[in-house]
Amino acid sequence: MDRTRILALVRKEARQLLRDPKTKRLMFGAPIIQLLMFGYAVTTDVNHVPTGIVDHDQTQQSRALADALTAGDYFRIVLRSDRSADLGRALDHGDILMGVDIPPGFASDLAAGRGARVQLILDGSNSNTATVAQGYASRIIQQFGLRQARATGLSLDRGVDLRTRAWFNPSLLSRVYNVPAVVGLLLLLMALLLTALSVVRERELGTLEQLMVSPVTPGELILGKTIPVAIITFIDLLLVVTLAVLWFHIPLRGSILALFLAAGLYILTALGLGLFISTISRTQQEAFMTMFLLLLPAIILSGFMYPIMTMPAFFQHLTLFNPVRWFLELVREVFLKGAGVRDILLPLAILAVMAAGVFGAAVARFRKTLG
Amino acid sequence: MIGEALIVLDGLTRRFGALTAVDRLSLEVRTGELFGIVGPDGAGKTTTLRMLAGVLPPSAGEAHIAGISVGRDPEGAKPFLAYMAQRFGLYEDLTVRENIEFYADLYRVPRRDRPARLERLYAFSNLGEFEHRLAGKLSGGMKQKLALCCSLIHHPRLLLLDEPTFGVDPISRRDLWLILHELVAEGVTVVVSTSYLDEAERCDRVALLHQGRMLALDAPTVLQESMSGRLFAVTTAAPRAARDRLRAHPAVQRAVLFGDLLHVVVQPDTPAASIAAVPGVQAVRPLDASLEDVFIHLVGEAAGQEAAA
Repeated sequence: MDRTRILALVRKEARQLLRDPKTKRLMFGAPIIQLLMFGYAVTTDVNHVPTGIVDHDQTQQSRALADALTAGDYFRIVLRSDRSADLGRALDHGDILMGVDIPPGFASDLAAGRGARVQLILDGSNSNTATVAQGYASRIIQQFGLRQARATGLSLDRGVDLRTRAWFNPSLLSRVYNVPAVVGLLLLLMALLLTALSVVRERELGTLEQLMVSPVTPGELILGKTIPVAIITFIDLLLVVTLAVLWFHIPLRGSILALFLAAGLYILTALGLGLFISTISRTQQEAFMTMFLLLLPAIILSGFMYPIMTMPAFFQHLTLFNPVRWFLELVREVFLKGAGVRDILLPLAILAVMAAGVFGAAVARFRKTLG
Repeated sequence: MIGEALIVLDGLTRRFGALTAVDRLSLEVRTGELFGIVGPDGAGKTTTLRMLAGVLPPSAGEAHIAGISVGRDPEGAKPFLAYMAQRFGLYEDLTVRENIEFYADLYRVPRRDRPARLERLYAFSNLGEFEHRLAGKLSGGMKQKLALCCSLIHHPRLLLLDEPTFGVDPISRRDLWLILHELVAEGVTVVVSTSYLDEAERCDRVALLHQGRMLALDAPTVLQESMSGRLFAVTTAAPRAARDRLRAHPAVQRAVLFGDLLHVVVQPDTPAASIAAVPGVQAVRPLDASLEDVFIHLVGEAAGQEAAA
């Protein structure tokens, strides 16, 4: 290992990366755009559900119920009618996702304590949204019922008083869940892409052979290739975390040291994977293909979009070998649960073993293919 | 200037599957020599040079550079040799200067030596005024000169060049050969491969390669003289008929059409009169053999021997 040669390689690599405006946009623009995309557009929150109301009762109470539904951000009334058939038509056209039908005698039933009825009709073709909207609506209507009962002095026989509270993300904002996870995807993508392509590009150009004729050793070459990428991914990490905290107000409750430790191990794993891809690809196209074949299962089996706990057992076991899974777990632990280094020793250790294994194997293969 | 053997090949062989690209090549290149490896595509030139450069291990045989075995110690000779591949990879997004400096760093050229070395390289390559231009924006000939500068910045004792003039314009080609002669005059040993036989005549000695085998090894002039008195230009009114009659002549080894003329190769010590006596032959004139004539002749002989065996 010779410091002059490693420095020369790092300097050369940095020059090439920073000189090309396209690469620069990729390195620093893409992470920001992706973070904004995931922060804003990719949301599983159910808000502003278009709702239709048919009020056959037309009383103060029935109007109060409609007001209760629209008091929050959850429902937005786009249709008011006095014919029930309108609800069905609007649902068919996709104009509304939920219909509320208040039958005649609603107010009098309430007052008499006979148990008033309200009908909810939901567009089940989007089952996720329908389930969530139904949950919100039932809660609001039940609370409305309770308030009315109390106001009229009726005692209600209630068996269980259920009060749910979501920890770590009290308002269950999907953004709080998504944005830290995006950090994991971005780091992986950047490290893989930049490492694999920069090696394969040199193979295509013939400069790799030129380097092999020089006294540069494979070890020096590996350092020369990975150090600049590691620096860039760390800059991306800082950029994305800053944006997540300051712009999206994602709480960073845990220790920054823990976050950086986890990221360091994770980046090392990704660099190793990038190197590995570079040894099995002759052209940049091949490298791209291999990368996508690897990325897709890595994301699906990471728990980013689909919870691991609901996967079939086989796939649950498979996720144990996925570094993305472990890093996402670490990131969420640190961001949302306020973990410090000591709380996450196990996943850290697993990631460390993975980093050592993948990077070691990649280096061994890299030496062999060059030698 | 020419001293003891710097490169010794002993039965050097490289196989790629069923194909034997280089077949039991044995030769010596002496220090300070301008040595040509000459042959058509597929002769094994690139394979030989890559083995010498230590990037391709031999399948059998040995190659020693300054006593270091390239098979056993591929790194050993790297610090003092330079290899310029046919498609030398330049970093097209770096400038001329940055490319050269990069190789200077890799070979650990001391900083204090660099200004003088750069100045010399710029002087013979005329690259000085393009110092800050991106390598990708240079012309083909200029790129080749930059590749040579990158190869020379560490003052190699041995320079291996794989078809350096391939696809280079005639002026740049002449410049490159002038540079090579200058280097040799300074004591650098140069091994250059080429498929242009006219260029090969500029070398001190050449190895003629065909399909992985060495057909001949000597100074171009010696090779040419080996055919002196054996090559004739024959004038005739009916070239095709005359060719067939000449081929039937026992002393004639080869007779080929060459425009209006026939080029005839005869066995040694055949008098011209014996050719002139063939019916239809109007005049016979002795020819100086070019390296190309020698090569074609040797390929024909090798094919004849193979057919006989």
